[in-house]
Amino acid sequence: MSTPAEIQFAPRRLSESHVKLVDRIGEPLFRALAAAAGVASVGILVWIAESVFNQAGLAISHFGLAFLGHNTWNPVTNDFGAASFIYGTVVSSLIALLIATPTAIAIAIYLTELAPRRVRRPIAILVELLAAIPSVILGLWGIIVLGPFLGNHLEPFLSGVLGWIPLFAGTPSPYGMLNAALILTIMALPIVTSVTREVFQTTPGDLKEGAYALGATRWEMLRMTVLPVARPGIVGAVILGLGRALGEAIAVTQVIGNATQISSSLFAPAGTLAAQIASEYQSANPGLGTSSLMYLAAILLVISLLANAVAWRIVRRFNIMGRR
Amino acid sequence: MGAGSLQPSGSRLVGGPRHRRRVAVNRLVEAGCTLAAILAVAVLALVVISVLIKGLPALNLGFFTQEPAPFGQPGGGIANSIVGSAILVGLATAISVPVGIMVAVYTTQFAGPRVAGAIRFALDILNGVPTIVTGVFIFGLMVVGNQQSGWAAAVALAIVELPIVARSAQEVLALVPRSLQEAGLALGLRRWRIVVRIVVPTAAGGLITGAVLGVARVAGETAPLLFTSSIFSDLGITTSPSQAMPNIPVTIFSLSESPAPADHARAWAAALVLILFVLLLSVVARAFHERTRRRLTGR
Repeated sequence: MSTPAEIQFAPRRLSESHVKLVDRIGEPLFRALAAAAGVASVGILVWIAESVFNQAGLAISHFGLAFLGHNTWNPVTNDFGAASFIYGTVVSSLIALLIATPTAIAIAIYLTELAPRRVRRPIAILVELLAAIPSVILGLWGIIVLGPFLGNHLEPFLSGVLGWIPLFAGTPSPYGMLNAALILTIMALPIVTSVTREVFQTTPGDLKEGAYALGATRWEMLRMTVLPVARPGIVGAVILGLGRALGEAIAVTQVIGNATQISSSLFAPAGTLAAQIASEYQSANPGLGTSSLMYLAAILLVISLLANAVAWRIVRRFNIMGRR
Repeated sequence: MGAGSLQPSGSRLVGGPRHRRRVAVNRLVEAGCTLAAILAVAVLALVVISVLIKGLPALNLGFFTQEPAPFGQPGGGIANSIVGSAILVGLATAISVPVGIMVAVYTTQFAGPRVAGAIRFALDILNGVPTIVTGVFIFGLMVVGNQQSGWAAAVALAIVELPIVARSAQEVLALVPRSLQEAGLALGLRRWRIVVRIVVPTAAGGLITGAVLGVARVAGETAPLLFTSSIFSDLGITTSPSQAMPNIPVTIFSLSESPAPADHARAWAAALVLILFVLLLSVVARAFHERTRRRLTGR
């Protein structure tokens, strides 16, 4: 044992005669409670996985792995498959991160290198507050404010200029993949930004000074020192953002149109794993339908556990996992 | 700023075409970065201002005190949802805060580094579990073969809140100076007394802000409630968690799915109430968090 435990010995012997009853019971009880809480937090994770897979059992044994590549969702004929939702989850999250990553890196550069010292914290807090907006409100905003703007202005413009690319072909619509991807961008941005910013702050100052001493401009300094040092951390930040985007159910189900289809057009309605689960909340009843819903949840759980575990391993090295 | 050895021979150090290009690229990048920051803040402002503009007209005292108007009729309020949300979040917090603090006590005071690391990992992964999955987990556990209930919803919210509370508690407990704890040991105090009498009171401010952050996060959560407390038998004020309880997030969600503009107006007003509550809590908690950290680390 370490020194504090030994220090403990002498006074205890002195007062052995009247070691209080509260201490004799309290010490082991308190330790047991604390340990139980610790075990519970690991246990709940295992329990979630076990329970979700257990309840997906019926669908897993009925459809097997073909479920992953099968594109239907028909409660009437009891025919279910996850292909379109997996596609929608991957595509909407990838687009979101494609936009969020460069933006987040730029904001992190601004916050660590450019911003006047006095506005750094306020702006960092404002960006993090984006993550505090409840997703249901972001979804409401997506339906009523962002949707009509996309359907009436941005999408007609995009299809006019870039319509020869299948992504931007198709009928403009307020609901669909693009709306969902933009909402997810807003949700992923603060996470990617704050982790990237903290990673940037770990760059040793003398590296930066060395670059300046060589006559580098600020951008050249960033490219020579900060960005290479931070690269793995940025990757971790992006995967964390990806984990956030993959798992968002509410805002996505509000704006994506909840369709069981795989369309090359970003304007078309689509669906994601999480959004599909959310949209079925009223019709969930025992049987193959609910079990298939649990199968979707199981796929989603596996994907997001993987993403978070990988991100955790990478980001941990920077020793900044403070607040999340 | 000189460019020294980076410069090919023959061109001037400063003001040559190459130097001008480098400076221009730098300006461009700096402008882009500033623009990105402005953009992010603008998006936040855009969302908050939208909610303000669209929510304020429908907001009045009655909105807080009245029950919802019958279907299709104007007026009415969200008193039932406010009460329901308060109870659900209260219950969730009553579960997650003690457990979260005990987890933090265990990892910072009792557990060895490997066990503590494993628990920290589990908490971060738990934090990354999509909340809709937490919802269906509790649905399978407590609702299937039973019915939706406030208890089920509160447990689902507690699971979402636990890692937030525990992580922030770990952070503040780890900051409590060792010298204080050693003083306790020198006085012959048992470990648990040191924790209860010295460590936790010293970190109390930080523990409270962690709990407040947890409340802010969970008050707006919709996904864990969809499968546990979304189908209400009556629209009146419910105070019994043994049945499904109306709550603000699910109310906004179902109003937002409605095609009627009057429902949208109500959704915005409810959104305004929720966003003000959540943002206010977040800002206050952050400010306090910063203060506690400074006080404990002496920086």
